[in-house]
Amino acid sequence: MTTTTLRPALRGGGPTTPSRSGRRRSADKPRRSVLLTVTTGVVLLYSVIPLLWLVINSTKTQASLFGSFGLWFSGDFALWDNVVRTLTYDDGIFLRWLGNTLLYVVVGAGGATALAVIGGYGLAKFAFPGKRAVFAVVIGAVAVPGTALAVPTFLMFSQLGLTDTPWAVIIPSLISPFGLYLMWTFAAEAVPAELLEAARVDGASELRTFLKISLPLLAPGIVTVLLFTMVATWNNYFLPLIMLKDPNWYPLTLGLNAWNAQAATAGGEAIFDLVITGSLLTILPLVAAFLLLQRYWQSGLAAGGVKE
Amino acid sequence: MTTHHRRPALRGVALAGALTLALAACGSGSAETSDPTAAAGDVQSALDAGGKISVWAWEPTLEQVVTDFEAKYPKVQVDLVNAGTGNDQYTALQNAIAAGSGVPDVAQVEYYALPQFAIGESLADLTAFGAGDLDGTFTPGPWASVKSGDGIYGLPMDSGPMALFYDTTVFEALGVAVPTTWDEYLTAARAIHAADPNAYIANDTGDAGFTTSMIWQAGGQPYAVDGTDVTLDFTDEGSTQFAELWQQLIDEDLLAPIGSWSDEWYQGLGNGTIATLTIGAWMPANLESGVEAGAGKWRVAQMPQWEAGATATSENGGSSLAVPEASTNKELAYAFAEYADAGDGVQTRIDGGAFPATTAELESDAFVNKEFAYFGGQKVNEVLAQSAKDVVADWQYLPFQVFANSIFNDTVGQAYVSSTTVSAGLAAWQEASATYGTDQGFTIKK
Repeated sequence: MTTTTLRPALRGGGPTTPSRSGRRRSADKPRRSVLLTVTTGVVLLYSVIPLLWLVINSTKTQASLFGSFGLWFSGDFALWDNVVRTLTYDDGIFLRWLGNTLLYVVVGAGGATALAVIGGYGLAKFAFPGKRAVFAVVIGAVAVPGTALAVPTFLMFSQLGLTDTPWAVIIPSLISPFGLYLMWTFAAEAVPAELLEAARVDGASELRTFLKISLPLLAPGIVTVLLFTMVATWNNYFLPLIMLKDPNWYPLTLGLNAWNAQAATAGGEAIFDLVITGSLLTILPLVAAFLLLQRYWQSGLAAGGVKE
Repeated sequence: MTTHHRRPALRGVALAGALTLALAACGSGSAETSDPTAAAGDVQSALDAGGKISVWAWEPTLEQVVTDFEAKYPKVQVDLVNAGTGNDQYTALQNAIAAGSGVPDVAQVEYYALPQFAIGESLADLTAFGAGDLDGTFTPGPWASVKSGDGIYGLPMDSGPMALFYDTTVFEALGVAVPTTWDEYLTAARAIHAADPNAYIANDTGDAGFTTSMIWQAGGQPYAVDGTDVTLDFTDEGSTQFAELWQQLIDEDLLAPIGSWSDEWYQGLGNGTIATLTIGAWMPANLESGVEAGAGKWRVAQMPQWEAGATATSENGGSSLAVPEASTNKELAYAFAEYADAGDGVQTRIDGGAFPATTAELESDAFVNKEFAYFGGQKVNEVLAQSAKDVVADWQYLPFQVFANSIFNDTVGQAYVSSTTVSAGLAAWQEASATYGTDQGFTIKK
């Protein structure tokens, strides 16, 4: 068993035709570039070292955090103790924050994905007046960072009496111009017009066509958009920061920041160990989501990149 | 209690929001005025009638105070919210005031920030509720800080008379005496750093709250405020004395380049890298909870003096509870503030590790004679309570101190990292603050 024999299957991700074996060979044995390898190595270190640091230091007590080298284990292995204390500190507020984050992700990112799928499909497969205008608005919206809109949104929500409620975080999260744009281009490529024609000729309603024929074809794109919006909502910081005051509605990002700020408060308790362990627990679900969904993620990203 | 030393990055973020909305807050000074007929009697009837108030504060000991308060007045419900520490909370408060909704009934406001909210007519004058009767209850420094003109805009919650906290093991190992004057401080700084290149007498990377407190102790009065007339002058004797001493410490690399409140700072306080802290009286609680490794090593002494034998000190940090003008139940809000700051809440908060601003508690035997195990059994409060009495009078903060402090690192902070001198930095700070003040409609004199 050698890795070489496995390679084509992994790389292509699908059946390869023998007639194109000439091209396959060159893709199989690319020219090795020292520069590229070194650059990739640097990027790898750059992304892995902070993660490694986080894992290592979540096993330390606060005392050994201060008294030891950051990139290696030291003192008692306190990971389990840290996890227990993180989950129980201040009457288990961490779990409440985790629940809030999940709520914002499920409703916010889930809703954003649903809206993007419906909207993107509609824009890709139906002709209607004003389509170009919609396109311009969407592209414009992609260019405006959410942070710039946060303060106007705050003032608007404040007049509606929605600040300091979960809606203040969920409603803005429902809108994902980038997700819409991605679904639009993806739907244009992935759903052949002939297939829709055939369904219509057979007498399927538009809803049935969408649910039974288009949706399965769109699955890779949906997962991609879902991951995008999930990451954005899970890591959302600035919007909840200005919208929420009640710690009971904080997502994890704000909660961890509040814990960190305790160290800078006279009379506050410095809990760096819990901040670090809490951060580790916070990223685990995202890491898991990526590992489980990366197959779809990759094919989703590549969609539209290659013309058959 | 309080925080003042925030990391620059955090400060920048908070500032962005503050800048956007500070103008709006100042512009909309048409907040409803308090009912002139309200008086002490109404406060009692508000307590009897009950109701719900929200309190924004980050002071950890208030949690117990709220529990006790609700037990004593069962009809009252207090919603305690930590809306951020210091600047974060002020930004949120200004946002809420500008938006006209979501304003809390009680807010924790540090002394340095109080004039800014008071002059913007964002806070209620508490004399209407009988705050004037509390004259003499609080130590002079904090009491002066909450007054503006004839009005009282907050009740002092805690205070931060300064003292010299020091790691006794560092001084004993070197045989150096604990400094009592700033000259001795400089000598000790050289000795400590010469003996161990990794050890410093103190850490400082530029801190507005610390700098103004140091100038305050030296007798400087860089700010003079009379209504909307503001005078800025960082060339008086006190400011100059401070600038010259600090210039020497910086030039000779005698200050650890570690920002206060960082993890490195907590680490340095435990391992002898940072030998002293000249800081407010609220510090013991932080040392006890954050610097385990320093247990038994730290002691407290009087703040070093500019003249041998003098007893001058100043306040560093400390905060009040204020009632925003937009609160819809000011009587009840005041009742809570009074309970927490001048009533039964004071003892509750002392038990939780806070340093009070009330004279009765500061002079009580139980308080003064308490022995602190962390400080090797020293009666720490003796030193700190004495410091509270020795605070130099007549200090004033700017009515836009929150902004001024936010640009400290861009001006004076440069002296720590470049060839700019401290006095040039102070001049730049003065200039930039004056420009901002003019833009805000103040009359700036020099």
